[in-house]
Amino acid sequence: MEHYLSLFIKTIFIENIALSFFLGMCTFLAVSKKVSTAMGLGVAVIVVLGIAVPANQIIYQAILAPGALDSMMGITDPTKSIDLSFLSFITFIGVIAALVQILEMVLDKFFPALYQALGIFLPLITVNCAIFGAVSFMVAKNLTLGESVVYGIGSGVGWALAIVLLAGLREKMKYSDVPEGLKGLGITFITAGLMAFGFLSFGGISL
Amino acid sequence: MSDASTKKVLTQPIVDNNPIALQVLGICSALAVTSSMANALVMTLAVVLVTAFSNLFISIIRNHIPSSVRIIVQMAIIASLVIVVDQVLKAFSYQLSKELSVFVGLIITNCIVMGRAEAFAMKEKPVVSFMDGIGNGLGYGAILMVVAFFRELFGFGTFFGIEVLPLVQNDGWYQANGLLVLPFSSFFIIGLVIWAIRQWKPEQVEKD
Repeated sequence: MEHYLSLFIKTIFIENIALSFFLGMCTFLAVSKKVSTAMGLGVAVIVVLGIAVPANQIIYQAILAPGALDSMMGITDPTKSIDLSFLSFITFIGVIAALVQILEMVLDKFFPALYQALGIFLPLITVNCAIFGAVSFMVAKNLTLGESVVYGIGSGVGWALAIVLLAGLREKMKYSDVPEGLKGLGITFITAGLMAFGFLSFGGISL
Repeated sequence: MSDASTKKVLTQPIVDNNPIALQVLGICSALAVTSSMANALVMTLAVVLVTAFSNLFISIIRNHIPSSVRIIVQMAIIASLVIVVDQVLKAFSYQLSKELSVFVGLIITNCIVMGRAEAFAMKEKPVVSFMDGIGNGLGYGAILMVVAFFRELFGFGTFFGIEVLPLVQNDGWYQANGLLVLPFSSFFIIGLVIWAIRQWKPEQVEKD
């Protein structure tokens, strides 16, 4: 239990997916003008990550990992072992796209209010690199199923936290006098940079 | 399509309509792979190739793609191209592919590729789309190279691995700037680059 808790805290703060790995930056910078929309997108990302990372973990370990299919196909000779890991990118993106589509239909049917609130953000999530990045890291770190659930939800919470914080800062920034050329995107980059600087201080925590 | 407009499609994204500075596309990888010029160059080449060929192929079959499944079709083409790039990198330059780690795979979700496929290749002829892909890849690469130049020169005192500013540790005179070694320093550099471009081209300034 303690192991999972420390993994959770680590993925939210120390290895924040937005501010230490810079994933999902496009939406992070483009959809952070208002706190309310940032919050909606954040929740959607938590849900998708929480499902997509474990789902891909199962598929990778059962089918794609080197040697995973051997026992099923009755291969005992290690030189003939099946390695489908080169197919992982295309499989992951397919699974993510399908998941988002299914989630959209389920929400539409059973939670119409939530669907209305998230509406436009759901399809956008397919191309959000935070999802794909977290799945790739899951493979690189060789997580177990339990760990991947915690990792998925943790990185979603971390991303949501970061985008809500940035949106809060940008709302306040409307009242500041920013130089002409730096308005909009320029100052957002610098703000995000300072936030990443701040999150760096969590790096000193050892769990 | 006349020569003049093909050339315009190729050169416009480099400054006038830069994917990173104006279209807000493909930022994730721009931040993480810019610690050295060599990494940035490899990443640029990979993105130019993937964007150009995905634009070409999508444009060739654009009239046969039903619009309801177009995202999946585009994804399949892009993902296949990225797999090719990844396998080539692993075969010929294993060290580099380790250093770029997941970021080669992330070209799939790099919004430049998707964005150009959706906005340009679905409407235009193959050759022009190919040029548009190269142009946008180069525009992305231009920002990457500028950021990598500053980070490598002032963070490590080198240029493509060649020593330019001798470091204090090696009995030189230059005290390396530790901030620029850290990935988030590229936020500041890109912010300042955007400021510079917008001073030069005031029409890009955002209205409130």
